[in-house]
Amino acid sequence: MNKLVLSPRHLQTIQQHAAMTYPEECCGILIGRRAEEGDTATGVVERILSANNQREDASRHNRYVIDPQTVLAAHKEARATGADVIGYYHSHPDCPAVPSDFDREHAWPGLTYLIVSVEKGKVVDSRSWQLTDDRQRFAEETLDPAALGAEVPVAHNRRAS
Amino acid sequence: MSATVQVPTPLRRFTGDAGEVQVQGGTVGEALRQLVEQHPSLERHLYGDDGKLRSFVNVFLNDEDVRYLSQEGTAVSDGDTLAIIPSIAGGNAGEVAS
Repeated sequence: MNKLVLSPRHLQTIQQHAAMTYPEECCGILIGRRAEEGDTATGVVERILSANNQREDASRHNRYVIDPQTVLAAHKEARATGADVIGYYHSHPDCPAVPSDFDREHAWPGLTYLIVSVEKGKVVDSRSWQLTDDRQRFAEETLDPAALGAEVPVAHNRRAS
Repeated sequence: MSATVQVPTPLRRFTGDAGEVQVQGGTVGEALRQLVEQHPSLERHLYGDDGKLRSFVNVFLNDEDVRYLSQEGTAVSDGDTLAIIPSIAGGNAGEVAS
């Protein structure tokens, strides 16, 4: 099983973003490094870039988009420090922290997809996934226990201005 | 025409860890097709079952998004660089895929 290591502070930042944008989805970019040892790959998050959900239609509650220019800029920023974009995060308002078929259609293997479930404005779960090479399913990654022990931030019921 | 394709890190496992691949082709579409001919296991991650580039896969020719040029018909010149950049999309609608 692959593993994602991120600090409690990073997880709190992501969860706060998810709570603040509820009932719409939030999204962002995970910058760090990935190391492989045997069959296990460990991604270590060093920085988080929150992104604007660029969906501008009525689907913002269940769809998110980060445009390629933002992704390209994140890649350049990461490489400037010898790091890489190792994955992305987004929230599922009032849905489990489990990838959807839509997520699967729009994913690549080798990247982490961290999903935060927010129910009625409160963060209730955070789980991390990677697409399998055959594109048929997502395999769950172990989330760093230190981060999971972090205090869940106060939820907000309104979208951040 | 000979161009260089920059392979994004997560897909390098399908190119034998190569970060750059040299391809021949007169257009972006031809260059990408030669990329997947050289590395067939890349194909499913770039192209859908309909044979078209997946909607979230974007191609930049010398830092210009080919969507704003002539898309896959954009002409490639010797020494050009192609970068494959995803636009990130997802969401909670639909059945789960885990």
